[in-house]
Amino acid sequence: MVKGVSLLNRKSKTNLVDILIIAFITGVSLTCLIPFLYMIALSLSSNNAIISQKVSLWPVGFTIETYKTILSDVDMLYTLGYTIVLTILFTACCMFLTICAAYPLTKKRLMGRNFLLTAMVFTMYFSGGLIPSYILVKNLDMMNTMSSLILPGALSVFNMIILKTFFSSLPESLEEAAAIDGCNEWGILVKIVLPLSMPSIATLSLFYAVDRWNGFQDALFYITDKNLYPMQLKLYQIISANQQLDTQQGEGSMGAFIVPESLKAASVMFATVPILLVYPKLQKYFVDGVMTGAIKG
Amino acid sequence: MKAVLGSDSQRIKRRRTNRFVQNLKRDYLLYALLLLPMAYIAIFKYAPIYGVLMAFQDYNIFQGIGGSQWVGLDVFRFIFEQDSFYRALKNTFILNLLDLAAGFPAPIILAVLLNELRFTRFKKITQTVLYLPHFLSWIIIGGMVYLMFSSGGMANTILSGLGLGKIEFLSDKTNWLIMYVAVGIWQSAGWGTILYLAAIIGINKDLYEAADIDGSSRIRKIWHITLPGIKPTIIILLILQIGRMASIGFDRPFVMGNSLVSDYSDVISTYVYRIGIGSGDFSQATAVGLFQSVVGLLFLVSANYIAKKIGEQGIW
Repeated sequence: MVKGVSLLNRKSKTNLVDILIIAFITGVSLTCLIPFLYMIALSLSSNNAIISQKVSLWPVGFTIETYKTILSDVDMLYTLGYTIVLTILFTACCMFLTICAAYPLTKKRLMGRNFLLTAMVFTMYFSGGLIPSYILVKNLDMMNTMSSLILPGALSVFNMIILKTFFSSLPESLEEAAAIDGCNEWGILVKIVLPLSMPSIATLSLFYAVDRWNGFQDALFYITDKNLYPMQLKLYQIISANQQLDTQQGEGSMGAFIVPESLKAASVMFATVPILLVYPKLQKYFVDGVMTGAIKG
Repeated sequence: MKAVLGSDSQRIKRRRTNRFVQNLKRDYLLYALLLLPMAYIAIFKYAPIYGVLMAFQDYNIFQGIGGSQWVGLDVFRFIFEQDSFYRALKNTFILNLLDLAAGFPAPIILAVLLNELRFTRFKKITQTVLYLPHFLSWIIIGGMVYLMFSSGGMANTILSGLGLGKIEFLSDKTNWLIMYVAVGIWQSAGWGTILYLAAIIGINKDLYEAADIDGSSRIRKIWHITLPGIKPTIIILLILQIGRMASIGFDRPFVMGNSLVSDYSDVISTYVYRIGIGSGDFSQATAVGLFQSVVGLLFLVSANYIAKKIGEQGIW
């Protein structure tokens, strides 16, 4: 995807330095893969093998019981479905607000534009903090509602500026032509600007969606009803079930497991697989998004 | 004379009002679009900023900011007497400094090495793999770390298999610090290469050709062409990271920390969570948060100022 300059010296042969670099990069890449292999191995191993520490990168005492447990657990499937719905609603809400804010702010003639922009950018660098936001959500009666996971984060000023930059880069003549044809501003936005901005919109949607999918802090603060736990909070609950026990009693705690390690590992895989499925195909959009954000500076 | 002036200024005023109304009429569709986003900003961004007034009150959740008693700076005085506050503050800076010292160079090195790879296919695959950790939540990462490095995890299995003793990766304080930083690098180094790789592409290729003609070695080309070429990117990202020195995310220290290492793992964000939402001391927690916001802003402004001073492009 990113082509290097070293294509130039292709004439020189592969030498020792090349091999060292390849070895190093391969090693680093492996550290990114090994944790997953271990999770898979753990989740497919029997509990006896895990407790007696026989498992490393290959399942010992192969069993798919753990996955059966997870996939037959109504709660877990419900959480998955709930988190998908939450992510979609959140992303839709975010994109709507982001577009509504970005488009008018591209118009230099707009009265008060600089004031509004400054007011928005200021919130990127200074915020009221965790507790005032928490009190606000409480006062708005949003505790233990899906909206507490959607509304407070429903517009990222940073993403808005990325989109605004992209809108500004579109040729003005198109909009002028549409205006002469009697299109009003909304018409121009919907018929001209948005169709031309689909790549940017896709990228930003992905940013929002990943943030929501991985989001944990707000759920920890605002959600106490287990039925409304998004995936990450549910996963945290499973993983931390007997972590305390483990760290406090050290080596002696092996017999005291409440949630078996295999189930934890399988839960980690369960929450990771959706990302692993979509990530390779969408990677390009993310990279493009980072670049656009960087050009803005 | 006076009358003329008066009518003049009146006319100007009227003309201004007219222009104001005309502008509103012309752009009302645009303003209509802005209504919802601005309502969002006002409610969810500025209302919490108004909420920091709690830090100057003996806040009572039933009476709200309007009904609670004002106590001036008493809350701050109380906080600045707490050892736990200084511990959280110190840890925030220590963890951020370690991240800066060890984590900042990592993507630069990785990007330079990736750029030296000649097999495009291999490079693409490794990039895909290296970017992956960035997309995992800290809950997933924390879960994997605990499963791998706890006393019964894979790391210790291998160590004992090699006849070496067990290492308490996560319950010994120093080891925990190393793990915290290492996992941070693991999560962000790959993704961090993107901007550097983009900067490397922007370097004038003639420079490399000239260096080839001069018979320069690879190391020399990296040192004298690649690194100077990405220097502006390095500096701006460095400034950004220094500007964020006083603030720390919640998820990573919260998930990685445990009760045995809380002397090192308790940072401002987890401290605010504990005293605010855990114990319900809203005024104190808000005061700590406000302190962090202000210090954070000072850091950012100074970092930006320095950037402009040394002739680099700032962030605003």
